Amino acid sequence: MGLTKFLSCTAIAAVLLAGQASAETIHLAAGGSGKQVDHLRAVLNEYEKASGDTVVLVPLPASSSEQFSQFKLWLAAGNSEIDIYRTDVIWAPQLANHFVDLTDVAKDVVKDFLPSTIAGQTVNGHLIALPFSGDAPALYYRKDLLEKYGKSVPQTWSELEATASEIMEKERAAGKPDMWGLVFQGNAYEGLTCNALEWIASNGGGNIIEKDGKVSINNEKAAAALDRAAGWVGKISPPGVLAYKEEESRGVWQLGNAVFMRNWLYAYAPGQGAESPIKDHFDAAPLPKGDGPEATSVSALGGWNLAVSKYSQHPEAAEKLALFLTKAEQQKKRAIDLTLLPTLTALYDDKDIVAAQPIIARWKDVFLSAAPRPAAATKLKYNEASSLFWGAVHDTLAKDGSAADNLEELEAKLADLEGGSW
Amino acid sequence: MPTLSTLAQLFKSAAFYFAVLLIVLFSVFPFYYAILTSFKSGTDLFRVDYWPRSFSLANFVTVFTSGNFPRNLWNSIFVAVLTVVLSLFLAITAAYALGRVRFRGRGLLLLTILAVSMFPHIAVLSGLFELIRTLGLYNSPWALIFSYTIFTLPFTVWVLTTFMRELPLEIEEAAIVDGATPWVIITKVFMPLMWPALVTTGILAFIGAWNEFLFALTFTSSDETRTVPVAIALLTGSTEFETPWGAIMAASVIVTVPLVVLVLIFQRKIVSGLTAGGVKG
Amino acid sequence: MTIRHPIGQGATIPRPGRSELMAQRVAAARLFLVPMLVVLAIVAGWPLLRSIYFSFTNASLNDLGNVEFVGFANYLSWRTLKSGRTIYTGLLVDAAWWNAVWNTIRFAAVSVSLEAVLGMLVALVLNAEFRGRGLVRAAILIPWAIPTIVSARRWAWMLNDQFGMINDLGMKLGLLSEKVAWTASPETAMVAVLIVDIWKTTPFMALLILAGLQMIPKDIYEAAEIDGVHPVRQFFRITLPLVRPALMVAIIFRLLDALRIFDLIFVLTPNSEATRTMSVLARENLFDFDKFAYGSAQSTLLFLIIAALTTLYIWLGKVNFEGNSR
Repeated sequence: MGLTKFLSCTAIAAVLLAGQASAETIHLAAGGSGKQVDHLRAVLNEYEKASGDTVVLVPLPASSSEQFSQFKLWLAAGNSEIDIYRTDVIWAPQLANHFVDLTDVAKDVVKDFLPSTIAGQTVNGHLIALPFSGDAPALYYRKDLLEKYGKSVPQTWSELEATASEIMEKERAAGKPDMWGLVFQGNAYEGLTCNALEWIASNGGGNIIEKDGKVSINNEKAAAALDRAAGWVGKISPPGVLAYKEEESRGVWQLGNAVFMRNWLYAYAPGQGAESPIKDHFDAAPLPKGDGPEATSVSALGGWNLAVSKYSQHPEAAEKLALFLTKAEQQKKRAIDLTLLPTLTALYDDKDIVAAQPIIARWKDVFLSAAPRPAAATKLKYNEASSLFWGAVHDTLAKDGSAADNLEELEAKLADLEGGSW
Repeated sequence: MPTLSTLAQLFKSAAFYFAVLLIVLFSVFPFYYAILTSFKSGTDLFRVDYWPRSFSLANFVTVFTSGNFPRNLWNSIFVAVLTVVLSLFLAITAAYALGRVRFRGRGLLLLTILAVSMFPHIAVLSGLFELIRTLGLYNSPWALIFSYTIFTLPFTVWVLTTFMRELPLEIEEAAIVDGATPWVIITKVFMPLMWPALVTTGILAFIGAWNEFLFALTFTSSDETRTVPVAIALLTGSTEFETPWGAIMAASVIVTVPLVVLVLIFQRKIVSGLTAGGVKG
Repeated sequence: MTIRHPIGQGATIPRPGRSELMAQRVAAARLFLVPMLVVLAIVAGWPLLRSIYFSFTNASLNDLGNVEFVGFANYLSWRTLKSGRTIYTGLLVDAAWWNAVWNTIRFAAVSVSLEAVLGMLVALVLNAEFRGRGLVRAAILIPWAIPTIVSARRWAWMLNDQFGMINDLGMKLGLLSEKVAWTASPETAMVAVLIVDIWKTTPFMALLILAGLQMIPKDIYEAAEIDGVHPVRQFFRITLPLVRPALMVAIIFRLLDALRIFDLIFVLTPNSEATRTMSVLARENLFDFDKFAYGSAQSTLLFLIIAALTTLYIWLGKVNFEGNSR
C-alpha cells in the first residue's frame, strides 16, 4: 500500500474518529528493567486518564535478542494486536518495512532531538521510530588509583594503555595479584561491534559502513586501532575478556580488580551501591581519542525508540502516544527518576536534571559524541553485516590473523553481502 | 577377628557408597551453589563462597510478587500434566501396535515418527506459529499442550514400543487364549509389567514439557497464560543488563522442587515386575 | 496350556480361525495407531513441510506474503563471470556450514559416548538396592530438571575466569595452576560445553537405562549366581544384551538432541567458527539475519544429516524392530 494512500486513509479515519471521540485500546510492547516497566505503567495510567485511551503493556523477556526474534515473528505474521514497539536503535532499520513513517507526525519536534539519534532511525528518508531514551558508553576510571600514582585521566588510547599497564604492575607488586588494567566487552556479539566502532572511529578509521552505504572499513587507521586493541588482551586485559559481555566486565570492575572499564551508563549506580568495594572511588569520562590530529572521542550510540506498527488498527492513537512518551516533559521525568539519558539536546542543560542527576550532566559530552552504528545504511542486512564485522574483530583480538588481513577479508565479505545495494 | 571375605565385603560396600557419594555430589553441587546464590545480592554475587554467608528470603519474596508467578506455576503444572497424559495414552496404544503386531511398513512408520524429532525446534517455530494462530489457540495453554506433542510423542512412542516389544510372548498368548481383546491385553496384562517404562517416560516427558522455553515464549503473550520458564526469563534486574541471579536462582529452586518430589513419589514404581519363567495371570 | 511356536512369517498352527485372528490383530493395530498418527500429522506435518517448502523459495520474514519459488538456488547455484570463471554459491558449498556440521558431529560423538558409559554406570548403581535409593534417584535427576536457560547461564557464571567458582575450586584443590578462561577460547569452550552437557544429560540416559535394567527378570541373576558366574561376566553376558534395546533407544534420542544442540553453545562459547553448530547457524539465518529461506535450507539439510546418521546407527547397531511380535 503506497505511503500517500495510507496517509490519506489515516486522515479520513481521523476525521471520522474525531467525530466519534471513541476510546481506543493500544498495546505497547516494551521490555526493560522492573523499575522501568513500573515507571512506564504509572506514566501510562496518567495518560489514560488524560486521553481516554487504554494502554496495555505487553511484557517481554529480558534478553534483547529474544525480544528481537519475537518482534520479527509478530511483524512477519502481520500481528495487528501490538500497536507500538519499543525498539533498540539497531532494530527499527531492519524492520523498517513494518513501521509507519513518522516524518509528518513528528515534523515539529524532530529538530529538538540529538541529530545522530534521528539519523539512526531514518531509512530511505523515512523516520521509522522516535528516540525514547539514549545510552552511550564511557570510560570508567578509578580515581583513587590514578591519584595514588599521580596519573591524569587518559585522553588517548595510547595514554590509557601506558597508565593502565603501569598501575596494574605496581598494584600487583603491592599484593593485588588479580588487578587488571582495562576491562571491556570482547565477546563475539553486538557489543563488540560497539567497542570496535569506538576504537576505529576515534582513530579516524571511519564508521565501518558510511551513511551512503560505502564500505570503508579496510583502511590503515582502522587496522592500527584493532591491532592496538589486540595487544591489550592478556596484557592489560584478562584473557577471558574475549568472552565478556557487559555484566562480566562489570563483575571484575566492581570487585575492584580493574583500573579502567568501558561500559554503558547502567554500571554507575551499582558501583555506588552500599556494599560496593569501589564506592566513591571512581568516576566516568568520555572515551579516549585515537592518534593523529583528526582523532576525536567517539561513543557508540545506544538507546531505545518507539515505532508504530503498520498493522496496528489504531495508528493515530499509537502515534499520539509515541509523541507523548518522547516529549520533553516525559524524558525529563525519566531522566530524574530512572537515570535514563534523554534524547533531546536541550535537556542536558536543564537545571532540574543537573541538580537531581549530576551523572546525566556529566554524560552530556559522552552522549554528544555518540555515533550510530551503520544500521540505517545497511537496513535489512545489518545483523549479518554486524556479525561479519564482530567476527573479524574477534579473530583479530584472539590473534587469529592480523588486523590488516582480517579487514581485507571483511571488506570482500561485506561487498558480497551488499550485492548491488543495501 | 574379621575374615578376609568380610573385609572384602566391607571394601566393596565402601567403594559402592563412595561411588554413590560422587554421583550425588557431582549432580547436586552446582544446584547447591545456585541456591547459595539465591540468598545473595549486590557485589556478593561476584564473590565465591562455598557456605552461606547471609541468609535472606528476599529473593524468594521477589519471585512470588513479580508478575504472576503462582499463576505461571499452575499453568506449567496444567500443561505438563495434560501433555504427559495425552502422550502416554496415545503412545501406549500405538506401542502395542508397533511392538506386538507385525504388519507391513512397520519399520518405516517407526522411522517416520522418529523423523519428526529430527527437525530443530527453531525451524518449526514459524510454521507452528501460523498453525496455532489459524486454529485460534494463540495465547492459551492448549497451544502449548498441542505443540509439545511434537517432541513428546515420538519419544514416548519409541520408548514404550521398545519396552513392549521385549515382553515375553507367552504372557500375551495366554491372554489371547483366555479370549482377551487387545485393549484388555494392554491395560490388564502389559501395563502392570510396564511400570518402569511408563514412569520413566512419564517423568522425562513431564520434565521436557515443564522446562520448554521457545514455544512457551512464542505462543503465549500475557502473564495469565505464561509458564514458568518464560516467567523466569522475564525476571529483570534493577538495570536492563543486570541478570537478577538471586531472583532467578530462587525461581529455579521453586521450580525444581516439585519435579524432585514427583520423582521421589514415582520412582518407587521403577522396580522390576517381571520374572523369567512362568506366566503371570 | 501355552504353546510355543516359532516367530516366522508363514508358521501357523492348524487352528480354526487363525488367519481371522491375525487379520483382527492387524485391524486392531491400525485402529490403535490412527489417533497418534493423526495428532502427529497435524502438529508436525504443516510446520515441517512448510520449512522444507521455504527452503526452495526466497522467503523473507520481512514479507512472508510474497514468496517466489527458486528451486535449488539456496542449496546450490552458480553463475559464470565475464572472465569465464564459474562461482558456486549455496549451502552445499558453504564452508561455514560444513565447518558447523563437523563441529556438531564431533561434539555429538564424544558427548553421546561419554554419556552412554556414565549413564550405564549410574544406572547400575541405582539399580542396586540400598538405603536411600529413592532419594539418590531423585537427586541425580536435578541437573536434567533445571531449565536449560537457567543452568547454561549459571555454568557460564561459574566458569568465569576471574570470579568463577570452577577456577577458584580448581586452584584451591591444586588442579589448576592459573585461572583458565574457559569460555574465551574455542578449545576450552568445547570442553566446558562437554562438561556441562554431561552433567545435564547423564541423568536422562541413566533413567532410561535404569528402566531397562528393571525389566530384566531377577531370577536370571539368581541362576547365574548359583552357577558361579563372575559379576563382570554377568554384566557382559546377561545385562548388556538384555538392556540393549533400552540403551539403543536412549542413545538414539540423545544423538538427536546432541546433533541439534543450541543453548549451551550459544551461552558458553565465543561465537566463532570453531564452535558453531548447525542449530546456531540455522537460528542466526532464520531470525537474526534476513535469510529466512537460507535458514530453512539449513534446517532441512540438518534434518537430512540427522536422518542419515540415525539410519546409519540403527543399521550398524542392528537395532531390532522385530522383538517379540507376531
